[in-house]
Amino acid sequence: MSNQKASTRSHARANRVIPGFGISFGITVTLLCIIVLIPLGFLIWSTLNLTFEDFIKTITSSRALASYAVSLSCALIATLINAVMGTVLAWVLVRYSFPGKRILDGLIELPFALPTAIAGLSLTALTVDTGWVGSIFANWGIDIAYTRIGIIIALTFVGFPFVVRSVQPVLEKIDYQTEEASEMLGAGRIRTFFSLLLPEIRPALLAGAGLSFARCLGEYGSVIFIAGNTPFQTEITPLLIMSQLQEYDYAEATALALVLLIVSFVVLFAMNAVQTRASRKTQG
Amino acid sequence: MSKSFSRRQVVGMGAALSAGAMLGMSGCGEDETTEEEAAGGDASMTESSEITNVSYDPTRELYEAYNEIFIPHWKEQSGQDVSVTQSHGGSGSQALAVAQGLEADVVTLALEADVNSIVDAGVIKEGWIDKFPNSSSPYTSTIVFLVRKGNPKNIQDWGDLANEGVGVVTPNPKTSGGARWNYLAALAWAQEQYNNDEDQCLQFLHDMFANVVALDSGARGSTTTFVENGQGDVLVAWENEAFQSCDEYPDEYDIVIPSVSIKCLPSAAVVDEVVDKRGTRSVAEEYINYLYSDEGQELGGEYYYRPSNEEILQKFSDTFDLSIKLVTIDDFGGWKEAQEYYFDDGGQFDQIYEGDLS
Amino acid sequence: MSAAQDIRKTNPEVEITSSEDIAKAKRKKQRDPIKVVLIVLGIVYVALLLVLPLIYVLVQAFGQGISAFTAAITEPYALDAIRLTLLAGLVSVLLNTIFGLFAAWCITKFKFHGRRVLMTLIDLPMSVSPVIVGLIYILTYGRTSPIYGVEQALGIQIIFAVPAIILVTVFVTFPFVSRELIPVMLGQGTDEEEAAALMGAKFFTIFRRVTLPHIKWALLYGIVLCAARALGEFGAVSVVSGNLRGITLTMPLYIETLYNEYQYSAAFAVSSLLVVFAIIILFIRSYVEYRGGKETENDQNAEITKKRRGRRKKERQEPQTVAAEDSPPPTSTPATASATTAKE
Repeated sequence: MSNQKASTRSHARANRVIPGFGISFGITVTLLCIIVLIPLGFLIWSTLNLTFEDFIKTITSSRALASYAVSLSCALIATLINAVMGTVLAWVLVRYSFPGKRILDGLIELPFALPTAIAGLSLTALTVDTGWVGSIFANWGIDIAYTRIGIIIALTFVGFPFVVRSVQPVLEKIDYQTEEASEMLGAGRIRTFFSLLLPEIRPALLAGAGLSFARCLGEYGSVIFIAGNTPFQTEITPLLIMSQLQEYDYAEATALALVLLIVSFVVLFAMNAVQTRASRKTQG
Repeated sequence: MSKSFSRRQVVGMGAALSAGAMLGMSGCGEDETTEEEAAGGDASMTESSEITNVSYDPTRELYEAYNEIFIPHWKEQSGQDVSVTQSHGGSGSQALAVAQGLEADVVTLALEADVNSIVDAGVIKEGWIDKFPNSSSPYTSTIVFLVRKGNPKNIQDWGDLANEGVGVVTPNPKTSGGARWNYLAALAWAQEQYNNDEDQCLQFLHDMFANVVALDSGARGSTTTFVENGQGDVLVAWENEAFQSCDEYPDEYDIVIPSVSIKCLPSAAVVDEVVDKRGTRSVAEEYINYLYSDEGQELGGEYYYRPSNEEILQKFSDTFDLSIKLVTIDDFGGWKEAQEYYFDDGGQFDQIYEGDLS
Repeated sequence: MSAAQDIRKTNPEVEITSSEDIAKAKRKKQRDPIKVVLIVLGIVYVALLLVLPLIYVLVQAFGQGISAFTAAITEPYALDAIRLTLLAGLVSVLLNTIFGLFAAWCITKFKFHGRRVLMTLIDLPMSVSPVIVGLIYILTYGRTSPIYGVEQALGIQIIFAVPAIILVTVFVTFPFVSRELIPVMLGQGTDEEEAAALMGAKFFTIFRRVTLPHIKWALLYGIVLCAARALGEFGAVSVVSGNLRGITLTMPLYIETLYNEYQYSAAFAVSSLLVVFAIIILFIRSYVEYRGGKETENDQNAEITKKRRGRRKKERQEPQTVAAEDSPPPTSTPATASATTAKE
């Protein structure tokens, strides 16, 4: 990864000792094409049915813009919550020992394993103003279900494991001694955290947050149950794509899908770059 | 290993794999089709056949019961065992699936416009609407309000839905057939109330939709939101859906009949492309025809759909308020025009939302 | 998400275990308020966000009694849904495991043009919205696609049928296995495989005898994650399903159907089955990680000495390969290259 030059130089006559390049490359690329690339190609091909002006008009229609705003802001807030709470949990799991720690650790991946539709159904039932949690907040006049808060909660749920699981191993590796030295030298706890620990975990934190953000941006299953789905207020972009599909607006649906896809791709790419930099740092 | 060799290997692998994948897939598919061919190859020759009825959301219970009486009926008529696979969802998305290749023999959707979009895809032939009586609507329905017991917000008519502090639950007209009927019924009231003054009508619709607490994508989703999750004060719903909720939860809801509503004509059609391919045309046509029989009509009435047969409708006059003033889709220029004017992108519904609501 | 984690797991530089232990012991003695606050905060957060929905599902599922529960999950349509879900999960796991192994082999054992691009493309399905996955499969195999003609000619039905459900499930879980394997195999390098190859071992022998022992825990972990996601997929499947009862309804879709038919307790009963699957999967995951973590820890220490010894042996026996390796190593990844230099 680091010596790009060497790779281009040596590529031409790679003297491959290890067998299996042909078969592994062949299978990888073929499956990638069948499962991922050809279908994605059809998306782009369908978008070509729109003229460029129509394309721009579709993706900048006021309803689409509002849905980006809802999707982006909710995904961002959910990711921020997860970044903070994920770091706290990673810290708790790495640094402290307490009864039930293994169970807590095992629960982190629950959102991966629990179907999003079920999460959506039960989060909705819990947070409506007659639900277990919703009724408490209803006393203060706060509605959760069918508002953006509901969307944020659903997204927090689905994006939860990413940050914990990427920060945890980095924290495990950090040497306690520097930290203790810093504290002994009189730096406060908080200052120690921000000046010593944060720089160390930043790449992992960013990578986890990036994945979480990408996941939140595309989430559909859990959100449709809890969001009121009102245009301009609680309509997320994937839902707008769905409703456009149901109106047979293929071209428009694909145009919006392309926008969402590009955004996720950019996030993914940035995240890969961060990760590469991080692993180079730890390896070099 | 020389480079050219490895490249050849790559290509070979790729070809083999894609062939394998295709084979595997066709394997899966073939099983199904041969089964289907055996089943429906020629309806009169084989012992059993299989049809799929793709329908909209609130008809789940109706068709479950209808299939129970249709299967013995078809056995008696043709000597064939038939099994019916049901599919339910939002009317729009169901139509979309059929247009994109979902193999339905029969579609029973919430409105004509959805069947028309399947026609546009070329799967159903033009002229389907004249194939069966009453514009291919075996039963009709209308739009009413479901309110919480005792009607605490005192909702009597459409105008009350625009009052401040009233929470309205309706599905999204963009994705739900029922919601389009809701919208047109509200508009019909407003047009009468404000003497067709367009600005006032739009203002009313705007105020009403500003009161909407959740805009689900299908009629059943809205009912769940209102009934199970306790949102809002009034559910604008299919008459059959409202009655059914009252049955499910006897002492919790009341039905309010507005002064003006709309005669909803859910559409039934045979999917030409599929029945011709599978050889199931005769059973599919009988499936719809039998809905018009006395048995079919009575069953419809029992499930709170208004029978299109006048005599049988009268039998249910205790259940249905037959005095309600009903406008029809023709008052809005027919579905083709109404769809375009009110619901397509940039149509009136979009304007309502894109106005100062945002 | 565990990419970084796995690099570190196998990275031979992690040798701070002992000092960590001491530090831990020191910490334990301190009673400090921040610790308590953080632990409570973490537990409350997890309890509210993750455990409460779980409890809610279980309470609802058994709300109508055990018999209602068993009736709901032994209903023929429910059994069909369970069968389909397990089938889709099984095919996804098999296909993605094969793919993951070959992709990881290809990417970590060789250098070639477009390797970075290939890696990003493999990760791509992670960030594609499920709705879009459904949409692109409709576009690819639906009536408007040129492929539809081929399907018809062959008499096969892909979209709104079982094949489409399997395909989209494979898509959403596509990178799960390879993502776990690649970092581990990068960290491991290519020395051992090269040595084995030079001794005349065939591809499958090398894989089985040399590579597999290193990656087996990462592989299992990937498979577990893949299975978990495959069983629960909703968005993509709902777009391509067509809702044919008893034929194309997976468990999550069947749950939605039940919910829409006012059969709330049945819906939650079937949900609770999926919850049970989820809990089993989490147990396996914890076990895998525990065993894997333990073994790699032991491994690392053993490995370093073994590697050094092996290297010396190799030097004696085959000086020409070592020479080739020391000058810019064309076949080994930079990760190993730097690791090698660090060690020497």
